[in-house]
Amino acid sequence: MTIETLIWLIPLPPLLAFFIIILITNRNKGLSHTISVGSAVLSWIGSMVVVWAAINSEHLGLHPFTSYLPWFPTGDNWFVIGVQIDPLSAGTLFFVAWTILMIFIYSVGYHNFGQPNGDHDRAGLPPDWATVSDVHGHSHKVPSIEPMYSRFFAFIGLFAFGMYLLVVTGNLLILFVGWEIMGLCSYLLIGFWYGKPSARAAMIKAFMTTRVGDVFMLLGIAYLYTATGTLNYREIFYNEEVLHQLATTATGIFGLSVAGLIGLLLFIGAVGKSAQWPLHVWLPDAMEGPTPVSAMIHAATMVSAGVYMTIRIFPLLSAGAEHGQLTPTMTVIAFIGTFTAIFAATIAIAQNDIKRVLAYSTISQLGFMFAAIGIGAYVAAAFHLIMHAFFKALLFLGSGSVIHGMEHGVLHTGEHIDSQDMFNMGGLRKKMPITFWTFLIGGLALAGFPILTAGFWSKDEIFADAFGHNHWAVFITLAFAALLTAYYTMRQITLTFLGKPRTHAAEHAHESKWTMTLPLVVLAVLSVIAGWVGIPEDFPALGGTIPNFMHEFVGETLLEHPEMVVFSYIPLLTSLVVSLGGLTLGWLVYRDIKVGAFDPAQKALGPLYTVLKKGYYFDELYDFLFVRPSYWLARNFAYLWMDHKVIDGIINGVGHIAGLIGDFLRNFIDKPIINGFGDWVGETTKKLGFLFRSIQTGRVQQYMIIALVSMMAFSAIFYYLLVFTR
Amino acid sequence: MDFILNHLLTLILFFPVLAALILFILPSELKILQRWTAFVLSIIPLILSLVLWFNFKSGEPGFQFQEIYTWYSPINASYHVGVDGISLILVLLTTLLTPLAILTSFTITDRIKAYMILFFLLELGMLGVFMTLDLLLFFVFWEFGLVPMYFLINQWGSEKGEREIWGGRRIKSRTYASYKFILFTMTGSLGLLLAIQLIGVTAGTFDLVLLTERWVSLDTSLFNIPVHTVKTIAFWAFVIAFAVKVPVWPFHTWLPDAHTEAPTAGSMILAGVLLKLGAYGFLRLVLPLYPQESKYFAGALAFLAVVSIIHGALAAYGQTDFKRLVAYSSVNHMGFVVLGIAAAAFAVGTQNATIALEGVVLQMFNHGLSAAGMFFLVGVIYDRTHTRDLSEFGGFFPLIPVYGGILIFTSMASLGLPGLNGFISEFLVVRGAWPVFTIYTALAMIGLFFTGAYILKGIKMTLHGPLNTRWVGRLTEINGRELLVIIPLMILMLWIGVWPAWILGVINKAVMTLY
Repeated sequence: MTIETLIWLIPLPPLLAFFIIILITNRNKGLSHTISVGSAVLSWIGSMVVVWAAINSEHLGLHPFTSYLPWFPTGDNWFVIGVQIDPLSAGTLFFVAWTILMIFIYSVGYHNFGQPNGDHDRAGLPPDWATVSDVHGHSHKVPSIEPMYSRFFAFIGLFAFGMYLLVVTGNLLILFVGWEIMGLCSYLLIGFWYGKPSARAAMIKAFMTTRVGDVFMLLGIAYLYTATGTLNYREIFYNEEVLHQLATTATGIFGLSVAGLIGLLLFIGAVGKSAQWPLHVWLPDAMEGPTPVSAMIHAATMVSAGVYMTIRIFPLLSAGAEHGQLTPTMTVIAFIGTFTAIFAATIAIAQNDIKRVLAYSTISQLGFMFAAIGIGAYVAAAFHLIMHAFFKALLFLGSGSVIHGMEHGVLHTGEHIDSQDMFNMGGLRKKMPITFWTFLIGGLALAGFPILTAGFWSKDEIFADAFGHNHWAVFITLAFAALLTAYYTMRQITLTFLGKPRTHAAEHAHESKWTMTLPLVVLAVLSVIAGWVGIPEDFPALGGTIPNFMHEFVGETLLEHPEMVVFSYIPLLTSLVVSLGGLTLGWLVYRDIKVGAFDPAQKALGPLYTVLKKGYYFDELYDFLFVRPSYWLARNFAYLWMDHKVIDGIINGVGHIAGLIGDFLRNFIDKPIINGFGDWVGETTKKLGFLFRSIQTGRVQQYMIIALVSMMAFSAIFYYLLVFTR
Repeated sequence: MDFILNHLLTLILFFPVLAALILFILPSELKILQRWTAFVLSIIPLILSLVLWFNFKSGEPGFQFQEIYTWYSPINASYHVGVDGISLILVLLTTLLTPLAILTSFTITDRIKAYMILFFLLELGMLGVFMTLDLLLFFVFWEFGLVPMYFLINQWGSEKGEREIWGGRRIKSRTYASYKFILFTMTGSLGLLLAIQLIGVTAGTFDLVLLTERWVSLDTSLFNIPVHTVKTIAFWAFVIAFAVKVPVWPFHTWLPDAHTEAPTAGSMILAGVLLKLGAYGFLRLVLPLYPQESKYFAGALAFLAVVSIIHGALAAYGQTDFKRLVAYSSVNHMGFVVLGIAAAAFAVGTQNATIALEGVVLQMFNHGLSAAGMFFLVGVIYDRTHTRDLSEFGGFFPLIPVYGGILIFTSMASLGLPGLNGFISEFLVVRGAWPVFTIYTALAMIGLFFTGAYILKGIKMTLHGPLNTRWVGRLTEINGRELLVIIPLMILMLWIGVWPAWILGVINKAVMTLY
């Protein structure tokens, strides 16, 4: 089998798993997860083979693995789709395959496989508990298995298909197909427990918010297709002529070139998918889904898709940029990314829900990546994308493990507490050691803990790029965001794992099963070593011991290979200070939180704390500005007023007038004139009839007399006429 | 076999009449026999259409399987039928949806014989419009289709509901809807008849093939009216007749009423095929016969299309009645058809036009599948609950999971999810219209956005919403007969979404040779 054939096959196993589970095995939970995890393993193997081949092939950027297929005819030619693995997609495929496989395995434990069916569990609600009795006849409450277990594995299979498709394709329209399939899956999975009103609201919110971006993206795709006649990456992004032409044609809209406008439209799609301000509102709510889904959607795959696509179209964005000057579109991207990075980081410091902290940190980290793209740090963006996927998947899965442990404690003690609130935790490091250590590694990577963690290297590269190219505003803002990141990460770790347990449930929490902890360990390892592929050559002491593989490899994707920034101590020191400073600060503030205590930040920040906790009231604002008015517009304006009142009013009015005219014709023309005339004729005839009836006596003699008289009278008349009028 | 191939179109066209006659002589007490006979008989046109499909040579220009006989020699009207790629697809859609609609109608218990006969006559009318190549015959079939539909709505429509009309009188909703349907369409047809007469008298023939050659370059005057004026009048008469049928805003208000009140199978055919008659009229008559006028007025048409797209989506979103929601979605989706037609009219001869028209024809077919599917699914739930009010539904997913999955699938096809059929056609229309009517296309995205809103609203309020305990234990899962209706539609939706080349190949060739 050629490598190209293999690339075509990579996305298929999870799709098949989806169909098999939905159609055939949905009643058998064990078989369903076996099929699903098995499909993930197959795709993983395929991906690894392809990535390995990609790494070992010379000049992959120049000669990527491609294979094309005509999809449908458009006039004289065909719309051609295909797969393409170039260095960028190889890197993406690597992290996608790993995270997806780990999430699949984790899901088996997360959904309590092997536990009995719940006593009161219903499809559409999270599993509660089941009663089992042991050999002594004591009955215990134990966690119960997810009632829609098989369905979950079907959905994440489809999800994985969408992501794989998006990565391996070499065509923007097929990317969009994968993109939207993931949108559907995130909708279905965020609302997996649709019995909860909050989940119902969140699923629709996620779909609709990303759809705002999607419709712009669709226009961008249509525009690009119109302008170039193709949607294959190779013919657009690796084609100097096309890029030049797109960059030099003006559109007349905001002074943008065609390339700039298309780039902007596509970027808006990414803003929706990757939850950037101002379309970030869906992501925190998306935590309503089961935790593996949070990891899947909001770390490993879906939100990464937006960044991946934007990196993919980078040649379009940067087309026309000369001598380090950013194009207008890049400036917009840099602004949105930077702003989102700091904006979301500030919100994250005031969240108490363990998953919501991570959700906002995801938004913030994605902002880092967009900022990097915006300032032209192509490799740094890709590098951070890959590293972030590992440690964020780790953190989400870790938080799921924590919640699981807490729920166990809740079940044991019968306490009524929110098992996701970090202020109800504390001291979990002893109860859940594996979760603790792996979470710590993930947290440190997120905070950019120096040298050891992957997050340090990738974040450092963004700083170096921003500094090296004199993007001061971006540099300073991101540095501050990184400080906050380290701070809230340490806050989270301290509140959750350090100190003493603050509730009985936390005292009785216990470590999760191996199916859950194994993925944590694997991802923790990746969160450390993966960063080593991108150590700058001239980094003090370490530089050069391992070649900067990342830069060489991914940089090749572009026609014009990006240059390395010259090493400087300033970004490095900044990076060290914000990371270590933030971590220390977080530990100092939260190391000693008592039971029932308020968040110390609440006192320090005053009313601002509430504003941050509420996420700057964006939900309320959008609800007021868009959601309510659009329903009002739909119901009252479009339907009741326009259709019912105006249009139907006119039509019914016409009908009514027609009726009135009919009435008039009937009552004033028909009845008096036409009927009147007819009746008059009839009546008159009748009267005449009455008149003549008197001579109808029935006596023959009388008739004879009348006949005789008549004959004589007529004869006289005729005689007169014939003789005298001649 | 030769006989069949030589008279294939006539056989397809008039088989429903034979079927109606057979049903007529069957005793009406045997309800089951009536139903099954109707279903089996309705499959035969489908089989014949498949024969047609496989014997159709998509590379050849012009019409195939033509048959021509003199009909009304004094005025040069003839019985002339034939198909090209566009009509072929619509014939297939009609013969596919009719058996499914009849299968859906197995729940009808009242006057089955009359009901089924009307359905066959309806099929005759629709097929006639798609096949005929003679304007007069076109008009005959066009009007002919109205009558059965009128009776289906008027007699077998939903029993509940009253509507107040001017003067405070209250009449049954279905009576109101059927009047509205027939009067609206008839009003449009008046102009159509006039226009057809004008053309016939001026050009001396009703034959479409001849007309296409002569009419455009025709330069004589009629009753001393300059030909330009005649053409403009005839153009507008056609446009209004077809716009009512499509329907285009602001001629659309008959649609939600008729769709909502019609029996389920009637709504399937209404949305699935009858709306396509209007769009087909644009493609077959307006664009080829009036290239200059179409181009001149394309902007206005595009404007109306965009208003339809946005308005349809908004009005659907504002509904509490599930069936009416789906009905308005037709206004929304058919708006894309009209947008594509407008773009093609303006950019005639370019690749943009070809792509837009490909999208238009595919969108017609796709909408036929998804709208029929959606109406069917609404009907399934109505049969069980006897209500269409979304606020009385809720939490159905765990009660009827198979139905739930099918509803989500079909809704997603209707929403235009990539990977399913609607996306391909909407993308092609958007792609074709973008360079031609950039602003309008951008505005159409508002409609596309709200498509998501109403689809998700429908799913949420039926499947996900808070469980209405009233239905627990009373709601039965979708049954085998119903699955038999929806599964063919689902297969086609997926097939076209994944591998559209088989159908787009035919469309592409037709569009390329025609315009």
